[in-house]
Amino acid sequence: MSEFALTHAWLIPLLPALAFVVIGFFTRLDKSISAKIAISMISVSFLLALGVLAAVISGPITMDNPLIQKVLWAKMGTLELSMGVLVDPMTAMMLIVVTTVALLVQIYSVGYMEHDPGAGRFFAFLSLFASSMLGLVISVNFLQMYAFWELVGVCSYLLIGFYYYKISAREAAKKAFITTRIGDFGMLLGILLLQITFGTLDFMELKELVPAYIWISGTGFMTVVGLLLFIGPIGKSGQFPLHVWLPDAMEGPTPVSALIHAATMVVAGVYLVGRAYFIFSALPAVMTVIAWIGGFTAFFAATIAITQRPFKRILAYSTISQLGYMMLALGVGSLTASMFHLMTHAFFKALLFLCAGAVIEAMNEEADIFKMGGLRHRMPTTFKCMAVGVLAIAGVPPFAGFFSKDMILAAAAEVSMPLYLLAAATAFLTAFYMARLLFVAFFGEVREDCPAHETNSYMRMPLVVLAVLAVVSGAWGHFAGFGEWVYFGAVQEEHIDFMIAGSSVLLTLIAFALAYEIYVAKRFSAHLLAQRFGILYTLSYNKYYVDEFYTIVRNTFVDKLGAVLYWFDLHVVDGVVNGLAKGVGCLSCVFTALQNGQAQRYVAVFYCGVIVLVAYSVFCAVRILNLLGGAF
Amino acid sequence: MIDIFSLSVMDIVNWSLHVGLAHFLLLAAVLFSIGLYGLLTKKGIISTLMCVELMLNAANINLVAFNHYRPFQDFSGQLMAIFSVAVAASEVAVGIALAFRIYREHGSIHVDELNNMKG
Repeated sequence: MSEFALTHAWLIPLLPALAFVVIGFFTRLDKSISAKIAISMISVSFLLALGVLAAVISGPITMDNPLIQKVLWAKMGTLELSMGVLVDPMTAMMLIVVTTVALLVQIYSVGYMEHDPGAGRFFAFLSLFASSMLGLVISVNFLQMYAFWELVGVCSYLLIGFYYYKISAREAAKKAFITTRIGDFGMLLGILLLQITFGTLDFMELKELVPAYIWISGTGFMTVVGLLLFIGPIGKSGQFPLHVWLPDAMEGPTPVSALIHAATMVVAGVYLVGRAYFIFSALPAVMTVIAWIGGFTAFFAATIAITQRPFKRILAYSTISQLGYMMLALGVGSLTASMFHLMTHAFFKALLFLCAGAVIEAMNEEADIFKMGGLRHRMPTTFKCMAVGVLAIAGVPPFAGFFSKDMILAAAAEVSMPLYLLAAATAFLTAFYMARLLFVAFFGEVREDCPAHETNSYMRMPLVVLAVLAVVSGAWGHFAGFGEWVYFGAVQEEHIDFMIAGSSVLLTLIAFALAYEIYVAKRFSAHLLAQRFGILYTLSYNKYYVDEFYTIVRNTFVDKLGAVLYWFDLHVVDGVVNGLAKGVGCLSCVFTALQNGQAQRYVAVFYCGVIVLVAYSVFCAVRILNLLGGAF
Repeated sequence: MIDIFSLSVMDIVNWSLHVGLAHFLLLAAVLFSIGLYGLLTKKGIISTLMCVELMLNAANINLVAFNHYRPFQDFSGQLMAIFSVAVAASEVAVGIALAFRIYREHGSIHVDELNNMKG
């Protein structure tokens, strides 16, 4: 079974794609059949992924010895483009994460989309989304990865804009697409430079070629390539300058947010850096940039999250913050920590978002957490799952987040103290805002007008499964030796630095206590605190005005430049074209004057021609006779 | 070629009295020129058709004359002329039918008013 799964790993992305085609063409209008097709296909993919995982764990495949299957896709002269499957432990881990989350999200969607007439379309898009991400995960070269990378972008566009009749959803979809396109462009340049320099995009070949190249000609050029490549992940994984699309992406249906934020879209950037780690790890300057962008993003997003009010927006900023953690881990040289956190984060963030979906649906689309309260009495299962998710993301010991976050903190502490402090401060903020979310929404008095009720079983079951995963995945990864399995270069040893772990747990508990005092016991007034921190609060509440800044930039530069170019187009380009047309028109006037329709004039001209010809033949008779061959 | 500037008076008299090929060709040329002149200047479509007939007959005269002065006597020139006459007859029929239609359409048969093809 596992052998079959390993050699047929290409089926894993293909099956959901098949579901997309079948639903899209035939069963789109029938909700239940569409859901059954989508879920059965992703289930088979999930089983195959399990098989791959079993084969990878038991077999000879390691990070340095991956299984590769390739077919020639296109051949242009000497340029050969191939597609294929690359299976190593990192791929196997990602396959499991993506298929698990996608499967649970689709089951959840059956309940969530129960009353939506467009559910068939929704399942088609979800299948395509999962398929693109799975294709990205098993890519053998940069080109294949780029193709699936863009497919993921298209799917996110389709799903964020799923409620296309809402203006905000349309705008958010466009924003997500355009913002990530900016990153993709940089990445495309990087890929082209790699192709030009090395003549190949294959990961395995580049893994041989890049170190040799750097050894011979230094890191200068490759640093440029590395930075360009990194712009793609900045856009896709919502890192600092291009993070603006991610909070808006919650305009889509909540299961989509769960899928985007947890498993499919945003971790693509982290995964790409991990897959191309042989390039990045050889370039110290790029690694520093990655680490600092990651660290800064983590802290920056966390400071925004503590003041936001909508349920999903808090979670969205927490996603940005956690992605910053993953980038930070990559930047300080720990692929293991990054991938480990990616896995645990996928489970607990999917859990949190699905809980958010359940809560918001129960509250009749009311998203403001300060209008909730006391939900734990109304929705006990959701509350328990949510609590597990919060404890996991905050990093309380037996839960998943503790192990992965501790690994990142330890890796950061080894490399740079400022980065460690930044990460530790982020951990504190994370615990605080998650506790705030939990306490405000689920504790306190039940409001009288609160319509909340427990959700249906389709939506509860995935929550419970994810909650279990959010509890056990960290401990499993820690004790089963994740570091001996997914690593770069040397095997990473598993150990808990009690100094670092202890201090982060202490910080977490302080944050919880603080949040409890403020929002449950109400010993401090949140309102007064907001006033005390006046300007900081305003900055954070308005997300540091990044969106406004972009608007100003767009208005001053893009629009003005557009106006200039519009003028240029209107007067210079069009002027040239119109001038040419007019010139031709004038020339033709001369000849139209000849064409006056008077048959007699034509005859006269014709006769003049005849006279000329006769005259010529008379005066040049000899030559003409010679021409005819002297027969006369 | 004949050098017309070095002809003596006797030559001209001699040439005028002895009718030969050149006279026929001259007649044909004059006839052709008259036809051409009419074709270019007449307004009425019937007159232009008549002029075309004149030009055709000039050609016929040429054909018959050349045949007569050929070393080998046969009737190929005459045959050609007969053909030409027959074709000219049918051409006149078509031409007059056209003139008739044009008169019906335009109310006049003036050639210079038929400028629908003006560019």
